[in-house]
Amino acid sequence: MSNNVQLADRKITIGGFFIVVILIYLIRLFYIQIIDDRYKLDARNNALRIVTEYPLRGYILDRNGKLMVSNEPSYDLMVIPREAKGCDTLSLCEVLGITKEDFFKRMKKASQAPNSPRKQSIFEKQMSARVYAALQEKQYRFKGFFVQKRAVRKYRKPIAGHLLGYVGEVSKEKAEKDPYYQEGDYIGVSGMERGYEEALRGKKGKQIAVSDVHNKIIGRYMNGKYDTAAVPGKPLYSSIDMDLQEYGEWLLQGKKGALVAIEPETGEILALISAPSYDPNLLIGGKERARNFARLYQDSTLPLFNRALTAMYPPGSIFKLIDALIAQNDNLITRSTSFPCARGYPPMGGKPKCHPHPPVDLVGSVAYSCNSYYSYVFREIVDQRRFPRFIDGYNHWREMVKTFGPGTRLGTDLPFDKPGNVPSVDYYNKVFGKNAWRSNTIVSLGIGQAELTLVPLQMANVVAIIANRGYYYTPHVVKGIGNEKKIDQKFKIKHNTAVTKREYYENIIDGMEKCFNQPGGTAYTSKVPGITACGKTGTAENPHGRSHAVFLAFAPRENPKIAIACIVENAGFGGTWSAPIVSLMIEKYLTGKITRPEFEKRIQQVDLIQGKNLITTEFH
Amino acid sequence: MDRVAVLLYILLVIMGWLNIYAAVYDEEHQSILDTTQKYGKQLIWIGGASIIAFCILLIDANFYTAFAYFFYGFILLLNILVIFLGREVKGSHSWFRFGDVGIQPAEFMKFATNLALAKYLSNVNIVVNQQFRLKIRDIFKNYKNTLYALAFIGIPLVIIKKFQDETGLALVFAAFVIVMYREGLSVNFLIFGMMTAMLFVLSLIVSTSSLLIFLGVMALLSFLFIRRNRLNILIVSGIYLLGATVVLGTNYMYNKLDDHQRVRIDVLLGRGNVDMQKEGYNVKQAKIAIGSGGLLGKGYLQGTQTKYDFVPEQDTDFIFCTVGEEWGFVGSLIVILLQLTLVLRIIFLAERQRSDFSRIYGYGVASILFFHLMVNIGMTIGLMPVIGIPLPFFSYGGSSLWSFTILLFIFIKLDANRLLILR
Repeated sequence: MSNNVQLADRKITIGGFFIVVILIYLIRLFYIQIIDDRYKLDARNNALRIVTEYPLRGYILDRNGKLMVSNEPSYDLMVIPREAKGCDTLSLCEVLGITKEDFFKRMKKASQAPNSPRKQSIFEKQMSARVYAALQEKQYRFKGFFVQKRAVRKYRKPIAGHLLGYVGEVSKEKAEKDPYYQEGDYIGVSGMERGYEEALRGKKGKQIAVSDVHNKIIGRYMNGKYDTAAVPGKPLYSSIDMDLQEYGEWLLQGKKGALVAIEPETGEILALISAPSYDPNLLIGGKERARNFARLYQDSTLPLFNRALTAMYPPGSIFKLIDALIAQNDNLITRSTSFPCARGYPPMGGKPKCHPHPPVDLVGSVAYSCNSYYSYVFREIVDQRRFPRFIDGYNHWREMVKTFGPGTRLGTDLPFDKPGNVPSVDYYNKVFGKNAWRSNTIVSLGIGQAELTLVPLQMANVVAIIANRGYYYTPHVVKGIGNEKKIDQKFKIKHNTAVTKREYYENIIDGMEKCFNQPGGTAYTSKVPGITACGKTGTAENPHGRSHAVFLAFAPRENPKIAIACIVENAGFGGTWSAPIVSLMIEKYLTGKITRPEFEKRIQQVDLIQGKNLITTEFH
Repeated sequence: MDRVAVLLYILLVIMGWLNIYAAVYDEEHQSILDTTQKYGKQLIWIGGASIIAFCILLIDANFYTAFAYFFYGFILLLNILVIFLGREVKGSHSWFRFGDVGIQPAEFMKFATNLALAKYLSNVNIVVNQQFRLKIRDIFKNYKNTLYALAFIGIPLVIIKKFQDETGLALVFAAFVIVMYREGLSVNFLIFGMMTAMLFVLSLIVSTSSLLIFLGVMALLSFLFIRRNRLNILIVSGIYLLGATVVLGTNYMYNKLDDHQRVRIDVLLGRGNVDMQKEGYNVKQAKIAIGSGGLLGKGYLQGTQTKYDFVPEQDTDFIFCTVGEEWGFVGSLIVILLQLTLVLRIIFLAERQRSDFSRIYGYGVASILFFHLMVNIGMTIGLMPVIGIPLPFFSYGGSSLWSFTILLFIFIKLDANRLLILR
């Protein structure tokens, strides 16, 4: 039993401790309540009200300094329900064009949590200037209502919807997680608007206003000492060439597909098109926004789907270029190596099939796109003697391929890009069973078919690599943020591929040049006048229908300025549809004009979506 | 029955209720009896509390002694069950929901732990008499009972902190150290604890290297002043090594804290670049509200800072802001002194008990009430980091009001019964 006398003295210590703590607290209270007047408000018992000042969103300019996106004023009608008593409901409904039931529904919403009858909330979003004027005229009748000016986006031309993205109201979850946003704030939802949200949004300002008991603002708290000014968003200097982008979208009208153009030596994206596209002004907000969005969302051609970044297509024959590079690098073939072709791959009874062409060496195999040649090449790579097991060979091939970009997200500055797919050993073990597959089982990978997929951006990156002879910079759409024009350092890092020897690239580029410039080459009809362009056709077999036409090219051969990949869905052979588009784009970008108006007209007017094929047979 | 304590209780509860009315005051619901509003609900809670208090006074005092361990076990079980069955509120699983009404079992763990600790400590001795020797067996013998007693406190603390994620409610259990001190807890524990806390705070403010150098110099100085036998040298170097570990471990521990907890400590210490519009907002608004009260306050229902929702959680954890703003320094002084008087009254009553059980229980009540008072008011005036615990009898909430009522009235019953206990 601990009832000894000494311990009883501890009550003094405990009681003393309690009293000392409370004394300290009282001194502190005395200090903040009576001595320190930092916390004092105006003697007339005023309240503070925080008024948020919204910054202007940053402009977006194209690579030549042309304005792509700016802002436009818009007017929100706000209400403080508690003060809206005695408002002329009828004429307000009339001005806004709503029914009385609507009015009460909205008032109820503004009064209930998370809103409050004491706080302002939005009653009508983005009114037209006409409604705004009408409201102002009768302002005195609408007690408790006031108009808040905000800015909405203005897209200068009805193009580049996927690229620029759009701005929308921030989601509830995001607003809860990120202290910067409050419900009702705007945020970049997709495209550049999302990717560069932090730069574009600027910083909200805050004014602390003092208001009297009637909630009327009578001044600024501490003469604005604690106010912060809104900082406008930084301008974005995009690498996009707006004219090229517009021209490309015009060419791709009536077609489904995608086109990506890159400046090889910097990795800057010159144009990024997904067709069909939409006018970004449809989604800036207001009443029409929901309707427009629903209409676009339901369209069977999926205009909201950004094919350039997220559609995973089999690359088809363009993939042969990578095989050729890897095989040369592994010393399995040389420029003069040739393989038999019997309208197909002989060891497997003529499958995969091939089309008639003269016997070919490496250069010819690119120019004529021989399927048999690359079936041999693929199996040579995978079945190399130096690998004890064939899956090691396969993994070697896979790792080499991945250094060219496929199979991983490139890490561009646009959100939502997909990685494509280079199937793994595990995947095939699952499909065929362990040890139940060999190089001949998957030989169609060698010609870019089967499970192999790339997104158009990755295809463009592959051409950029070839144009650069072995390296790339991560593709990006912004050259500079703000006036200091800084960009993320990761876009300045040079990525080397597994094949860096210039000679290997020159060998296949010889073939790519023939493809355009030698009669019989797969894109000879799309030859770019006056420019040495190098290209490669591809036909991506599509399990759901007609093949997709793929084409990639860069130009000029020396010191390439542009690398393009284009894919047109369900258009068959790459040389027919994609190559002409790419050819026109190159001419437009490098010379600034088109010397083949007839050719241009035929390509532009064809409507593959409606099935109206205007192109004459001579063109095949 | 001690009338002073009961009167203080009634006064505080009524003042609390009037304050909640002021804090959530809304012109559209002017009736203080409106049960759709928090003040109306609080009235229901107060009614319930009186019934509970009445029942407690009716039950035989021996019941609480006899069932002390049962209460502890049962409510501990509820606290474990709530982790799995409770509804999630703001990320923590600490509420049982019955329709509109929520019950937080952690609140009731306080009186249960108090009962169990009182029962345990009244049967064993935690005073250390034996000669100090550096033998594991002796240390264990000396401190065995202390460790068991600490386990009574530690188990609910860990469950509530770790699994229910209610840091504030869990920290309250630290208050029982005061009870153990009264019952003979070795002063070494307190010194050790305080040193650790001081070093922790210091190493957040001062740079690690200068603190280590300081410790080293102090260690060398200590060696000059002690008798240099093996034992002393071992103890002193042990203490300083431990100190160095605390200093070095601080940053690690500190980074292990949740973001919001770290920010709250930063706000308190003025560390790093805390944005007063964001992280420091609560504390700043609370200080503005209290500071704007001045000497006599703005008058009842006239507070602008609290009325216009500038202060978050103003009806629960930050209720003291309403007191400070509307009743000024004088009002705050009265409220704090009333609370302190109640605490000191309980200590006085505890000391006059014949039974150890009643005394220890009484100290538990006083310590818990004081801890709440200290942390809650401390955070509103910027002397403590923001920790979510209620102000006794003032903050809105049925669980906390009922838990304080049960805690207090069991003691009042024990006290009323004191003359019947034979030693």
